[in-house]
Amino acid sequence: MIRLENIHKSYRMGKNKLHVLKGIDLHIKQGELVSIMGSSGSGKSTLLNIIGILDNYDEGKYFLDKTLIKGLSEKKAAFYRNKMLGFVFQSFNLIPFKNAMENVALPLYYQKIPRKKRNKKALEYLEKMGLRPWAEHLPNELSGGQKQRLAIARALITRPKVILADEPTGALDSKTSMEVMELMRQINHEGITMIIVTHEQDIAEQTDRIIHLKDGRIENDAISTETKQKVFETLVEEEAAVV
Amino acid sequence: MIIDRDKWQEIFSTINKNKLRTFLTGFSVAWGIFMLIILLGSGQGLQNGVQHQFANDATNSLWIYQGLTTKPYQGMNAGRKIQFTNADYIRTKNLDSRINHISGRSRVGSKTISYKNNYGSYSIRAVDPAHRFIENTIITKGRFLNRMDLEHFSKVVVIGNAVDKDLFKHGANPIGKYVKIGDIPFEVIGVFKAAGGNGEIRKVFIPVSTAQRVFNGGNRLDQIAFTVGNATLAQTKQIEKEVRYEFARAHHFDPADRRAIHISNNLADYEKVMNLFLGIRIFIWIIGIGTIIAGIVGVSNIMMIVVKERTKEIGIRKALGATPRSIIGLILLESVVITSLAGYLGLMAGVGLLELVNKYMPPTDFFRNPQANLSIALIAMALLVIAGAIAGFIPAKNAASIKPIDALRDE
Repeated sequence: MIRLENIHKSYRMGKNKLHVLKGIDLHIKQGELVSIMGSSGSGKSTLLNIIGILDNYDEGKYFLDKTLIKGLSEKKAAFYRNKMLGFVFQSFNLIPFKNAMENVALPLYYQKIPRKKRNKKALEYLEKMGLRPWAEHLPNELSGGQKQRLAIARALITRPKVILADEPTGALDSKTSMEVMELMRQINHEGITMIIVTHEQDIAEQTDRIIHLKDGRIENDAISTETKQKVFETLVEEEAAVV
Repeated sequence: MIIDRDKWQEIFSTINKNKLRTFLTGFSVAWGIFMLIILLGSGQGLQNGVQHQFANDATNSLWIYQGLTTKPYQGMNAGRKIQFTNADYIRTKNLDSRINHISGRSRVGSKTISYKNNYGSYSIRAVDPAHRFIENTIITKGRFLNRMDLEHFSKVVVIGNAVDKDLFKHGANPIGKYVKIGDIPFEVIGVFKAAGGNGEIRKVFIPVSTAQRVFNGGNRLDQIAFTVGNATLAQTKQIEKEVRYEFARAHHFDPADRRAIHISNNLADYEKVMNLFLGIRIFIWIIGIGTIIAGIVGVSNIMMIVVKERTKEIGIRKALGATPRSIIGLILLESVVITSLAGYLGLMAGVGLLELVNKYMPPTDFFRNPQANLSIALIAMALLVIAGAIAGFIPAKNAASIKPIDALRDE
């Protein structure tokens, strides 16, 4: 589903060049539940943004569902984001003046689906998320967990191939975090590929595969329980070294 | 796309969120349009006033007045008076095929006119039947002079409506009654009013032939007036030249002697005044558009801030699949909506004020019926939509070029 070949990315900071990704090779198959871990500055968010076509890359090749994603026009990029990808953000990124139903229906608006049809569909997804009674509420009238479920409903409504989540539980308490993760796993079971960037061990533990980024390179690609445990240990060491 | 409910909902929700800001922005545009409409309307009022004065006389008329020579010519001294006669009337009539109505006028001056016990002093105009087309005269009762009156030296008179009111009290019908001009009875055949101002109606018209016979005029005329159909200004100038040349030959004066006869060309005067108004109108448009440009800059500024404030939202939309075009459309439409709506209010306020002035201010000689006509209103509306689009263009382009990742980082 996702194939990255020798991806490089650097940011220009005035005169300095900051090399963030230094050759990433990664293959994620359809239906995988993957987490990306790494200390801050490891390039994990940048990687997610490139996969999400929210950012471009300098070198290498990125195939999304066998399509080469490189140097796309804004219009094409918008098309792929809309059709193939769903986003879940740490800060929810809901539109404050639209009610829950309208927020969920927004991606369908950009598919030019008629208002009635997309609102009907939005209500279906709200029902699935247990948010049906809040359909007419504005985002600021909802709790953190509700907001994130709303955001997930919005990400799901276009039936995307891949869902990208950037610290989806970062703003939630541990109980709601677990509820949200449970939801994400369910969605994954329906066959949607899911990539989660997180620094929380108990979140990463629930994913099938952990990719550990360090200094713009893949340090570890862990599937078994032992290798996963090793990733967690190295991460703790990394953080200790920073302190 | 335009009647998309979501787009409108979004625009009105942002407008709603910043009512004061939107109002202040809109106000500058509304004020610009308001001023433009008031200025244009007043200009029109001024023009209507002056045009109304011209309504008195046909705008295509030329008037020949006699004068004194100022140059010696063919052995004759300067200072000689040129006297017109009936021969000059014929001469002028045959001068040019474009001359369609012509009238000689003989001076009689003011005389006492009486009917029974009522009398007054009124100025007498001795004219041709064609005169009514030269000085726009509207007959309200009876008829004007005709060719028969002229040929039979009839003692008939057409009186101004003020004369009618003075002499025939209690609404008595003046037609067929005899009034005395001096001591001579004249039959009243008609009552007239002037198309222009109020000055003309204390006058009476009698046939020029009768005047020459009754009031010792001989074959003398004092003025000759004629209209030139739809001749252009250049053509009237040509006719003017012909007149001058022909009269110079007949009366033996130097054609270069501008004082021997005077020719007043109404069309030239009319066009001069109309050109003046054209100039005023252009000036008004420049001021008005300048004011609107100030408004556009204001709207553009606000839209810049709106885009800045909505950077994150735009980023979210882009992440969800919004094309740059849909983002541009959103910002442009908002800008157009603000300017059009505000402009429309300004337009209505301006037109409303003009209507009030129109209704409650009596028309004067120089100002009447101030109005901004429909075409100006339509042009103004088109201008507003264009202005809104221009105002929104740069902000919209900025919005579209926001990278979704930058937008999402924006807090």
